Amino acid sequence: MFTWLAMAKWSPYIVGAGIGVLVWVSFLLSDRPLGASTAYAKTAGMVELAVSRKKAAAMPYYRMFTPTVDWQWMIVVGIAVGAFLSAWLSGTFSVFVVPPLFAGIFSSDPPLRIVVALIGGILMGIGARWAGGCTSGHGISGTLQLSVASWVAVVCFFVGGILVAGLIFGFPFLPGG
Amino acid sequence: MSLDTIRSNARLQIVLGLLIGIAFGFLLQKGGVTEYSVIIGQLLLTDFTVVKVMLSAILVGMIGIHVMKARGLVRLHCKAGSVGATVVGGLIFGAGFAVLGYCPGTAAGAFGSGALDAAVGIAGIVIGAGLFARLFPYLERVILNRGIFPAETVPEMLGVRPAWVVIVVSILIVGVLAMLAGAGF
Repeated sequence: MFTWLAMAKWSPYIVGAGIGVLVWVSFLLSDRPLGASTAYAKTAGMVELAVSRKKAAAMPYYRMFTPTVDWQWMIVVGIAVGAFLSAWLSGTFSVFVVPPLFAGIFSSDPPLRIVVALIGGILMGIGARWAGGCTSGHGISGTLQLSVASWVAVVCFFVGGILVAGLIFGFPFLPGG
Repeated sequence: MSLDTIRSNARLQIVLGLLIGIAFGFLLQKGGVTEYSVIIGQLLLTDFTVVKVMLSAILVGMIGIHVMKARGLVRLHCKAGSVGATVVGGLIFGAGFAVLGYCPGTAAGAFGSGALDAAVGIAGIVIGAGLFARLFPYLERVILNRGIFPAETVPEMLGVRPAWVVIVVSILIVGVLAMLAGAGF
């Protein structure tokens, strides 16, 4: 058992099947789809509340997604804890600012990666709430319910992602790309 | 304890959220999808780990959820979508996906495994979600309800029993996974 938990990588099929089972558990015990991006909207609402209680309470979006610590919010906290446990048990936990791939192509100086990550995060936060979900909420929980919106969303995630990644890194599947 | 008492117990739900999240983060990290290079590799179509994880999750999740639904144990939670919301938002998300190199779930996982750039990404996602919330009344009036999709689910749209769609999608997923493996990915 322990050697298995200490392995650095598991088969992607096993990992995927495990996530599928987690979605069963979410539906059965919590009557909710497994998703991550709602928690970020709730956090933004908590910040707005801290700045101005009156103004935040009047914003229609936070009536739909109440800024409270609940199941949705704990999911994202749990993800960080679970990933830490996994990395720590396998001895792969390491603290860094610039991922090696980014450092190799652009710069190993933290400021560039920090600016890029912030811009990417802002785009992603806007896009996730605009589309009504992310790679978990639409990409896994929605598609497996055969939701039309989720299948359209996941295709758009990858179309947008493949295009922009190609513009940034070059298209490796094109000749001379 | 019946399912209803579990589902309506707010404190228990907070603990369940944490436990399900821990298991989710553990799996994402073990799958390698919390790594920047794996996500960028997927978007450059040189590494298919993300697609393998997602399709396996959809296959197992879809069969289980539909069996439980047929037995009356769970209900579906589909969101209505539209061209203005789903397509436009999805493309913006995709751009962010490529620039950040993590998604909202895997960013939390990457942070947990030591990637501090993911913490910056998390702050960015919160800022982006906050900007969207500010713009929401305007966007709702102007674009979000443009081109609403004709149905919430694929079986409804096609007018067939969900079981048939589950069978066809399962065969397609197994086929795609076999093709990827056959092509050496």
